[in-house]
Amino acid sequence: MSAQLVDLAAAATGVKGNLGAVAYGLAAIGPGVGIGLVFGHSIEAMARQPEAMPIIRQNMFLGFALCEVLALLGLVVPFIFTA
Amino acid sequence: MSSPSTTLLASGCHITPSGCGFPAPGLDSFNFKPIFSIGSFHFTKPMLLALICMVLVVGFFWTAFRKPKLVPGKLQLVGEIGYNFIARNIAREVIGKKGDKFVPFLTSIFFFVWLMNIMSIIPLAQFPVASRFAYPVALAALVWITYMYLTFKTHGFVGGWKHLTIIEGLPKPLVPLIVVLEFLQNVITRPFTLAVRLWANMFAGHMLIVMFSAATWYLLTPSVYALFSGGSFVLAIGMTAFEVLIQFLQAYIFTLLASLYISGALEEGH
Repeated sequence: MSAQLVDLAAAATGVKGNLGAVAYGLAAIGPGVGIGLVFGHSIEAMARQPEAMPIIRQNMFLGFALCEVLALLGLVVPFIFTA
Repeated sequence: MSSPSTTLLASGCHITPSGCGFPAPGLDSFNFKPIFSIGSFHFTKPMLLALICMVLVVGFFWTAFRKPKLVPGKLQLVGEIGYNFIARNIAREVIGKKGDKFVPFLTSIFFFVWLMNIMSIIPLAQFPVASRFAYPVALAALVWITYMYLTFKTHGFVGGWKHLTIIEGLPKPLVPLIVVLEFLQNVITRPFTLAVRLWANMFAGHMLIVMFSAATWYLLTPSVYALFSGGSFVLAIGMTAFEVLIQFLQAYIFTLLASLYISGALEEGH
């Protein structure tokens, strides 16, 4: 299926290569925005309330982990669907 | 070992003068020839590294706390710092007072995962054990069994399933949907993402380092490409430094999420 898609895309645009790379680029947009928001707001919160730093940092890493996993799932998907 | 760097070295492939294509690192960097085989059981490098990590963690904590003294010696002091890091920053903060009896479990997980990750940058080892999917899966299964057991132990059988699937105070029409979603979230995606997070991070990190190392060798010719080779080398070093950070962070996050799941299992109905 994916091979046919790549052929189709190649025929339509004259571009060669693996469409999976493009797909992963698209999959990384959302988590990229999410991770940026997590860290941005955490830094803002730390600057406002330095005394709450430990609890903010812990929750920051939690939010980071939950966002990051979406990008990592994008990395995993090709291995699942080509097998 | 059939790592791409050695195959590259053997092939002597450079961009000039032969102009052979760049041998991009692929999945073959993660498959090793067995060191020895017993029947159909193959003992490979990741297994050896995992064994070494286990021996190091067990050996370190055993020697550190074999004869605990009130005024700690050097080794005991280091062990206590490690233990206290998990006890204060993770167990006490996330689980609370009830978390004290899970500190040994969390400490073992943290240091085992961290050491397995660090193997990625130790010369001669240079392979993150967790980039073979089975290792994180086994660790995630351990965490899954722990929190499922604790859920059913704390809430009973029916209460346990309620705890895993139902959020109280929802409008009636939403309940069936949320039950399905919560079940998937708590029972299936939690362990899956826990394993995938560790695996994919180590996999991608190792791939980046191999990629830049291979490019350094591939571009190293007496021509203008030597400059690019130098840049690639600097990036390989930079990526290694970045990996040190990621390795610690992933071990920390793994432990943090494990303790979060345990605390979720222990808390009274929500």
